[in-house]
Amino acid sequence: MSGARLGRVLALAAASSLVLAACAGGGGGTDAGGDVTSVKVGFMGDLTGESSAIVIPPRNGAVMAIDEYNATNPKVKIELVQYDSQGKPEQATGLVTKAVTQDKVVALIGPAFSGESKAVGGLLEESKIPSVSPSATNPGLAENGWTYWHRVVANDADQGPGIAEFLVKAKAPKKAFVLSDDQEYSVGLAETVAKSFTDAGVAVETDKFSKDASDYSSTVTKVRSANPDVIVFGGYYAQGGRLLKQLRDGGVTATFASGDGSLDQQLVTGAGAAAAENAVLACPCNIPSADVTGPLKTFFDNYKKSANVDPAIYATEGYDAATVFIKAIQAGNTTGEKINEYLKTISFEGVSKPIKFKANGEPENNAIFIYQVKAGVLKLLGPAEEAKIEG
Amino acid sequence: MLDDFLNQFLPSTVGGLVFGSIYALVALGYTMVYGVLRLINFAHSEIFMIGTFTSLVVITAIAPASPLTGIALFGVMLLIIVLSAAVSGGAAILLELVAYRPLRRKGATRLTALISAIGASLFLQELFALVIIPWLTGKPGRNQQSSPRLVDRDTVFSIGNADVRTDHIIVVVAAVIMMIALDRLVNRTKIGRGIRATAQDPEAAVLMGVSIDNIVRVTFLLGGAMAGVAGALYLMEFENTVYNVGFVLGIKAFTAAVLGGIGNLRGALLGGIVLGLIENWGAIFLGSEWKDVIAFTVLVVVLMFRPTGILGESLQKARA
Repeated sequence: MSGARLGRVLALAAASSLVLAACAGGGGGTDAGGDVTSVKVGFMGDLTGESSAIVIPPRNGAVMAIDEYNATNPKVKIELVQYDSQGKPEQATGLVTKAVTQDKVVALIGPAFSGESKAVGGLLEESKIPSVSPSATNPGLAENGWTYWHRVVANDADQGPGIAEFLVKAKAPKKAFVLSDDQEYSVGLAETVAKSFTDAGVAVETDKFSKDASDYSSTVTKVRSANPDVIVFGGYYAQGGRLLKQLRDGGVTATFASGDGSLDQQLVTGAGAAAAENAVLACPCNIPSADVTGPLKTFFDNYKKSANVDPAIYATEGYDAATVFIKAIQAGNTTGEKINEYLKTISFEGVSKPIKFKANGEPENNAIFIYQVKAGVLKLLGPAEEAKIEG
Repeated sequence: MLDDFLNQFLPSTVGGLVFGSIYALVALGYTMVYGVLRLINFAHSEIFMIGTFTSLVVITAIAPASPLTGIALFGVMLLIIVLSAAVSGGAAILLELVAYRPLRRKGATRLTALISAIGASLFLQELFALVIIPWLTGKPGRNQQSSPRLVDRDTVFSIGNADVRTDHIIVVVAAVIMMIALDRLVNRTKIGRGIRATAQDPEAAVLMGVSIDNIVRVTFLLGGAMAGVAGALYLMEFENTVYNVGFVLGIKAFTAAVLGGIGNLRGALLGGIVLGLIENWGAIFLGSEWKDVIAFTVLVVVLMFRPTGILGESLQKARA
């Protein structure tokens, strides 16, 4: 996972300030209901750029879903067309035009990031092409009034409350200490976590530090003096690892939790395995680890066969996004408009979560998934409603 | 508020002294080069970074299975300090040779040297990120690199509610020893007299038989070695480093040098410690994100009343 992480940080940074868009419509060769034997579905995201590490897993998931579907010899086959936007809004715009006018895709998986999604949302709306993003998490995307835009991942605004509510349930804390560095994503997450704690009647103290600081002794002193039951850090793994190490060195033993920005093995290497043990991480993403069971295990094994690596971030969401369109096409819908109509009623058990859309394109199920560091490795505990932390 | 202050004052003081010691060691390099050449050596922060990576490589090679104690700890600490000082000192000499000496030979202005310094700083950062760090560690060059634990975080004694740990003591004691040694060297030896003479009046120093090139080389060596020691102590304390670890720390250390009186060795020590303490004390009231604001506000206020810093410039005025 480690190579993916720098990209993840960059992508999150980009995502937090930007917004996502949707797909192209216009039926690929579906003129007037003749016998259609194949349709094109696009996948758009940063496939070769600096954040490609978080787009390639959902791409692999989508490829896998469509290969599985085509292998069943359906009446209408699906051809996946990949568009490498490099995560850049200006490139995404050009690629959507190409996808709609030249390639005549009927639906789009992606765009992967919020910025490019925001840039092409209007265009997809006009072209009547439905889109489902596996990974764009900016809350603002759902507020554009787009009817062709969807996503299968909880947004950033769900994450803070998700973490706080989970900790309240799991640890019944009387006092929480909420920390962050000074980056936009970090501050935003910390603020929503602190608010949710306050609403739940938990006393909250806070501190912030510069993202470039290396000595957190004053923060550690504040935490020790407050003696909280839980500590939540909003921020990325580089700062999170250093902070966690210095907190534990300073004799702070309270439960440490953080969000998707810190969900990386580098958190463990940065903090040291001993200090990182039992740290709790939350993410809107569902990343199966090797020890999962049931449908996730099947996904894990098939993904490993298909992509030759373990599933990484947004792989399950990529698979589910592709499955949405597969189900629509299976039901006989081969134009953008018809597929979009079908999405209003779609409801099935996805790999990452049950998939059903609200009218604004948000997923009905906005589950946050909980991970915990066990023996130096990040382990998936499950959706926040069901997860039980140990230690 | 007062409660917070009373609860946090002593632990903050300990933290401030520890980080202040590292500021002070790095500040010495800025202050010595400025004293002798009137040059702000912006690439000095990269000399510090090189020190942290030297220590990282040595500690990783030794790879202690568990934290060390006693004589083994002393030996390994000595080893990483000496090696980091040597590598950083060597790198500083090389830096002077490549980035500054040709300009000095041609009688370039101080502004040209300053641009060369900024260029060298960026060059070294990128060289490490793109080539040297991947080669040394086998990991992406811009990732944070972590080292195994060398020293246990045992509390040796407590003052009130402040725990003083083994690692704190090592940082402060090692820094103080290095600074006393440097102070003696500059004030009591022949080479030190050469440094002071050059700082005071380069032309007269040449007339008196001082070799300027030698003195400049020794100045960079000593400043670089101090940054190397700081790098070793930093790595032991924080157990991680990254290609741009010196950037913010270097600016703070430079601030410490100006605060104490640039060109003044004891001023660098005082400036470093004062900066470390004020940052941490200020953070008690305002929050840790205000540390930088506090540090620079103090700098501006001090310079308004004492433009030459707390102790003033004295490498030049020192009696030979």
